Amino acid sequence: MGRYIVRRLLWLVVVLLMVSMVTFGLMHAVPGGPFDREKALPAEIMANLNARYHLDEPLVVQYLRYLYDIMAPRLSHSPPGVSVLDDALINMRVGDSSWVKWMNFGPSYVSRNRTVNDIFRDNLPISFQLGFMAIVLAVLIGLPLGMLAGLKQNTAWDYFGMSVAILGVSVPVIVLGPILIAIFGVVLKWLPPTGWGAQPPYVLGIFPSKIDLEFFKYAIMPVFGLGFAQSAVIARLTRASLLQTIREDYIRTARAKGLSERLVMTRHALKNSLIPVVTVLGPIFAILVTGTFVTELIYGIPGMGKYFVTSISNRDYPVIMGTILLFALLLVIANLVVDIVYAFLDPRIRYE
Amino acid sequence: MAVRADMLRAGAAGLPLTRKRESLWQDAFGRLIRNRAAVVGGVIVIVLALTAIFAPVVALRPYDQQVLDEHDSVPSWLLKVFPFMSGYVSLNEAYPLGSDYVGRDLFSRLVYGARVSLMVALIAPIISLLIGATYGSISGFFGGRTDNLMMRIVDILYAFPTLLFIILLMAFFRSTFAKPDTGTFTYAVAQLDQRMGGMLFIFVGIGITAWETMARLTRGQVLSVREKEFVEAARTVGSSNIRIMLRHILPNIVGPLVVQETLTIPTYISYEAFLSFIGLGVNPPTPSWGIMISDGSRVVRTYPNQVLFPAVALAITMFAFNFLGDGLRDALDPRLRGTQ
Repeated sequence: MGRYIVRRLLWLVVVLLMVSMVTFGLMHAVPGGPFDREKALPAEIMANLNARYHLDEPLVVQYLRYLYDIMAPRLSHSPPGVSVLDDALINMRVGDSSWVKWMNFGPSYVSRNRTVNDIFRDNLPISFQLGFMAIVLAVLIGLPLGMLAGLKQNTAWDYFGMSVAILGVSVPVIVLGPILIAIFGVVLKWLPPTGWGAQPPYVLGIFPSKIDLEFFKYAIMPVFGLGFAQSAVIARLTRASLLQTIREDYIRTARAKGLSERLVMTRHALKNSLIPVVTVLGPIFAILVTGTFVTELIYGIPGMGKYFVTSISNRDYPVIMGTILLFALLLVIANLVVDIVYAFLDPRIRYE
Repeated sequence: MAVRADMLRAGAAGLPLTRKRESLWQDAFGRLIRNRAAVVGGVIVIVLALTAIFAPVVALRPYDQQVLDEHDSVPSWLLKVFPFMSGYVSLNEAYPLGSDYVGRDLFSRLVYGARVSLMVALIAPIISLLIGATYGSISGFFGGRTDNLMMRIVDILYAFPTLLFIILLMAFFRSTFAKPDTGTFTYAVAQLDQRMGGMLFIFVGIGITAWETMARLTRGQVLSVREKEFVEAARTVGSSNIRIMLRHILPNIVGPLVVQETLTIPTYISYEAFLSFIGLGVNPPTPSWGIMISDGSRVVRTYPNQVLFPAVALAITMFAFNFLGDGLRDALDPRLRGTQ
C-alpha cells in the first residue's frame, strides 16, 4: 500500500508537469499578449513591460523560469507582501530579516497590485466553501434518497426518488440558477440574489470567520444549485448498488439464520452497498470543481471562476496557469484519495 | 437457453418450440418501446429534431430580424402569469412568447436555438465515439507496451479540468481564426465555422476533450472479447487484424459504447449552453439557448419571460435525452437496470 501511494504521488508529479506544459504551450499559442490595447502602447513601454515579466525571453526559458519560481524555495530579505514579483505562498521566517519563500505563482498582469497567490488566498477559500457545502448537501440528499428508493423498489418511494434524480441531472446550473434567483431573490426577496457572505481573513486560511444566518442566506441558492445535480448521481448509484447487494449470497445467509429484516438491511445490506458509492465521489468532485466555476459566474460569487474567464481574454498568463494547475492538482489528489479509501473500505481490493 | 414453462406447454400442445427469432437489436427495440419514460423522451427528441429541421417553417420570422421599437414586449397572456409586469411592459400580440432587448421574436429564436443544441447532441457524440473507439480499440487490441503507453496518455488527459480546458481551447480557436488571410487553410476553416454559426469550434473543443472516457470503455470491452473463441476462430482461418477488429470485435462491443454516448449527450448540451452563456459559444446573432439564458438573466427582474422559456427548453431537452439514454441502456443490457 505504501509503495502504491508513493508510485501514485510520483505519477501525480508527471501528470502535473504534462498539464502545465500543454497549458503553457496552448495559452502562448493564442495570438495577442497581455499588454495589447486598442491603441497600441509605445514600443519602449511595451519593451519595458515585457522585460519586467520576462515575456521577451524564449518560451522554453519562460516555462522553466515559471517552474523554478514555483518549485524552488528561496532565501529572501524582503518581507512578504511587498513586491508582487516576489510573493510566495509559503513564507517561513528565519532570523530577523530573512524569509524562506516557496511557491511563487507569479504576479497577475492585469490586476497590477495582485498576485496569483493573492487570488489563491482571497478567492480560492470561497470556491472551497461553496464546493465543500455542495458535496455535503449532495451526500445528505443523495444517500437517503437512493437508500429509500432501493429499499422500497418499485413503490411510490422508488419512483419519487428516481424522478427527483432525473430532475437533478437534467437541470443544469445555468437553468436552475437564474430561475432560483428570479423566484427567491427577485420576486419573494427572501435571499440576496448574488454575492457571498464571507470575506477574508479566513479561519485556517479557508473557513469563513463567522458562520451565521447571513452567511447561509448567501450560500443556500448556489450550494443547492450545485449540490442538487450531484445528489441525483449519488442517489441513482446508491439505489443500484443497494439492489445489487440485496441479491448477494450473504444477505440470503443472514436471512436464513433468522436475523430480523431490519438487521439484515441495516447491518448487512446498507453498509456494504455504500462501498461503491465512494468511487463516484472522485468524478463528482471533478464535476464540482468545474461546477463551482459555473455557479460562481451565475451568482456573482467572488471565487476563482471570475478570474479564469477574464484571465483568458486578458492573456493573463500566470492566472491561467495557476488556475488550471490548481484544479488539475485537486482532481488528481481527489482520485488518489478515493482509491485509497476504497482499498480500506473493501479488504478484497489490493493494490500492488 | 433455459426451457421455460410456457415453452413446455407449447410443446405439449404440439406448437413449435422456438420463439420467433429476434436479433439483438430487434429485441432491444422491443424493450425500449415498452419503457414509458424512454418513449416520452424519444418522442420529445423527435419533435425537437423536426422543429430544428423545419425551423424556417415553424418560426414566425427570421431569428435575427430586429424591430427596435418593439423591444422587450410581451403578449397579454404572459401578463396573467407575471402580473407585476403590467406597470411598465409594452403589449404586442405579434410575439407569442415576447420579444428580446433588440426586438427579436423569442419564439423564433427558441425554435432556431433547437438547431444548435441538437447539432451538438448529434455531432459531439459522433466525434467522441470516432476518436475514443478507434484509440481504445487500438490500445486494447494490441495490448502490451502500446496499450500501456496509450493508456498513460489518457490518464494524463484525465487530469485536465475539462470545462476550463475547453474554455482555453475556445479562446485559442476564436482568436487564431479571427482575421485570417484569404486563400489560406486557416481562412477556409474560419469560413466553414462562420457558415456554421460558430458551431465548428464547439464541436472540435468538445470532441478533443470528450473521447477519453470512450477510449477507456472501448479498451475494456475489447480486452474482454479479444480472447473469446470466435476471435480465435477468425484468426485461425487467417482473417487480418483489421477484419477481426471490424467484423468480429466491433459488433460485439458497440452496444455499451452507444449507451455511454447517449448518456453523455446531456453533458455535451450543457457544455454548449454554458460556453454560449459566457460568450465563447456560437457567434451572435445565431440563437443558442445558452445565449438566450445569458441575455435573459440580465433582465430577469423586469422581463422574467426572456430567461424562462430558453431555460425550460434546455431543461426539457436534457430530460428527454436522459430518459432516452436510461431506456436505451436498460434495453440493450437489462442486467444494468437502474445503475449509474
